Amino acid sequence: MTQLIWLTIAFPIAGVLFNGLLGRRLGHRVVSVVGPLMVLASFVVGVGAFADLLARHGEAVNVPLWTWAAIGSFEVNLSLLVDPLSVLMVLVVTGVGFLIHVYATEYMVHKDESGHAHPDRDFARFFTFLNLFIASMLVLVLGNNYLMMYVGWELVGVCSYLLIGFWYDRPSEEQAPIDLGEGAEPVKLPPLLSPAASGMKAFIVNRVGDVGFALGVFLIWTTFGTLQFADVFSQVPHMAEAMPAVLSWIALLLFIGAMGKSAQIPLYVWLPDAMAGPTPVSALIHAATMVTAGVYMIVRSNVIYSHAPGVSMFVAVIGAVTALFAATIALVQVDLKRVLAYSTVSQLGYMFMAVGVGAYTAGMFHLTTHAFFKALLFLGAGSVMHALHDVIDIRRMGGLKNKMPVTWLTFWIGGLALAGFPLMSGFFSKDEILAKAFEASPVLWGIGVLTAGLTAFYTFRAIFIAFHGQPRDRHLYDHAHESGPAIRFALVVLAALALVGGVLGLPAFLGLPHALDSWLAPIYATGEHAAAAGEHGLSLGLELGLMATSATVAVLGIVVAYFFYVVNPAIPRRMARSLRPVFVLLANKYYVDELYNAVFVQPGLKLARGMAQGVDALLIDSVLVDGLARLVGQIGRQVSRLQTGYLRHYALATFIGVLILVGYFFLR
Amino acid sequence: MINQVPVSYYLLLGAILFSIGAGGVLIRRNAIVILMCVEMMMNAVNLTFIAFSRYLDSATGQIFVFMVMAVAAVEVAIGLALLVELNRHKQTVNIDEINSLKG
Repeated sequence: MTQLIWLTIAFPIAGVLFNGLLGRRLGHRVVSVVGPLMVLASFVVGVGAFADLLARHGEAVNVPLWTWAAIGSFEVNLSLLVDPLSVLMVLVVTGVGFLIHVYATEYMVHKDESGHAHPDRDFARFFTFLNLFIASMLVLVLGNNYLMMYVGWELVGVCSYLLIGFWYDRPSEEQAPIDLGEGAEPVKLPPLLSPAASGMKAFIVNRVGDVGFALGVFLIWTTFGTLQFADVFSQVPHMAEAMPAVLSWIALLLFIGAMGKSAQIPLYVWLPDAMAGPTPVSALIHAATMVTAGVYMIVRSNVIYSHAPGVSMFVAVIGAVTALFAATIALVQVDLKRVLAYSTVSQLGYMFMAVGVGAYTAGMFHLTTHAFFKALLFLGAGSVMHALHDVIDIRRMGGLKNKMPVTWLTFWIGGLALAGFPLMSGFFSKDEILAKAFEASPVLWGIGVLTAGLTAFYTFRAIFIAFHGQPRDRHLYDHAHESGPAIRFALVVLAALALVGGVLGLPAFLGLPHALDSWLAPIYATGEHAAAAGEHGLSLGLELGLMATSATVAVLGIVVAYFFYVVNPAIPRRMARSLRPVFVLLANKYYVDELYNAVFVQPGLKLARGMAQGVDALLIDSVLVDGLARLVGQIGRQVSRLQTGYLRHYALATFIGVLILVGYFFLR
Repeated sequence: MINQVPVSYYLLLGAILFSIGAGGVLIRRNAIVILMCVEMMMNAVNLTFIAFSRYLDSATGQIFVFMVMAVAAVEVAIGLALLVELNRHKQTVNIDEINSLKG
């Protein structure tokens, strides 16, 4: 199957062509079969490649496809790299992707009261884009050189844009102010961007990061003379001694790309607004797969980053700060998907913290478990939206556990995993990251633990408000219903994965097998591996202590949330009233959007307007284009006076000409 | 007898005839007269050819004159045909009234 790995990309592309060209004509039932089937086929091929790789003990294989371009010594070979890292990503992308495709076949169809199915107007277009995304993501993770990675990187960005703006004709929405009770003035919330504007925002913010990424790739080319991973990495140790500054620049520029794609400070602002897209998109692209591309990129480039310790530390610090920053915003959000979005930003911060301190395996581990439980949570939120006719404000929910038991239960499992509740998948991966962070710097660890507590709190705040207590909107509650089999299937499978995903990386210090660690070992440079892998210097007691701490913090967060939102709901309001400035700051997301608007967007628009009116309309259009045309016209009008139409004038001109010629030849 | 007339006299006569022709082309308005003036210019040139032919004792000039006369005949045929057509069209042969090519 290894040589057939290109099929993983070909199947979704076939799906794109089929759904895109014929889907509208053949109806939503055919599309519902073809779309998920193509991804399932990809997944099967991926499993085959996985089995092959297992038999080869993780030895990497290049599968050349064709030479894309050859310009002098610059040759771009399209070639796929099958190694433990890419296969892990393929399995996550196609596995979770398949479940979400299945989910979407039901989510994108609305049933009315009489049981009639109304598929979305652009049902086929949705699956076309979704398949295209899977293919793009696979190009990103399977390419064996930085150019293919860059191509995939841009392709997933386009798919993200297309899918965020899927409902391009929906307007922006106002958010009801938050009532703090007891005569306190309600806290106003900024309106939500329209899907079209959100898509544009995502695309433009990503562009900023992509410029950094492209520059990084250019610098790799000029420094190493090749873009092939294997050739670059083999030269890195030598280059690290010859010119360490260049290596640091490469690492930094690539990381700027990761900041954009993986929503880290300062380029995280697009991700919360990306929630304007359909929920399966949020789950697949903006939680499980695309946004983790930055983490994948750094793990793939681990050789570069481990030789650029300064930049690695910078990555870790950005990750830690982002984790805490986003978690605090998530505390007060009232939009269920936005809680999860900020949580995604925060969890991505964890992953960057891990790869920044050199714990690449831990980063990949958290990436995998996060893909399971965050996709699960998003799909759960989507299931609620589906039942409540697209209401997503948790203040209008409540008591839903009686109406939607499966959704409620799976959401709990996802929440526990996200919070890092002991023995859930998220617990193992988060604990591993925290232990590695402690090794690097106790400050990072402190930020991580604080964030873990906040994570547990805001997750269960949302769960308790949405699923427990009394219904707040009687009408919505009465019409709520459990979702159908396709949605329940995806939820249950993902819940199972979120439950047991931890077995991929059981703690090595307890003598348990860390499957992911030994699996990913071949991708690390020799020598680095010892530091990157499980042989850390912490004592068993300290490890256990750290583990106990994170478990305690997680449980504490959940208990506090229970106390605040189930036992005594008056407490959070009282706190919000007394800490009103802080609450307002958080509810407005630290005014970062407003800041960016004032500092970048408005000056940019002003500049564009100035260029349009001053340079384009005035200089280019009036002076150059119209001016030249007028000049030529003027000359023509003047010269045309010579054409009097009188024969004798012409004859005279001829004679004078002859005289001049003759005179010239005589006098010469 | 002709041997006593110096060649410069013939050339001078040719030049005078040519100038009269050229002046006529520039000044006259009647297209037929202009055509005749053109003929006169050609014959002035012919005269020059013949004079040089005798003076240099070479037949080339005389042969050239036949060529010029043949071309002149053709030119007159076409020119007169055009004038007839023009007259039918505009009821005039006054070239000042034929100025539709004015820019």
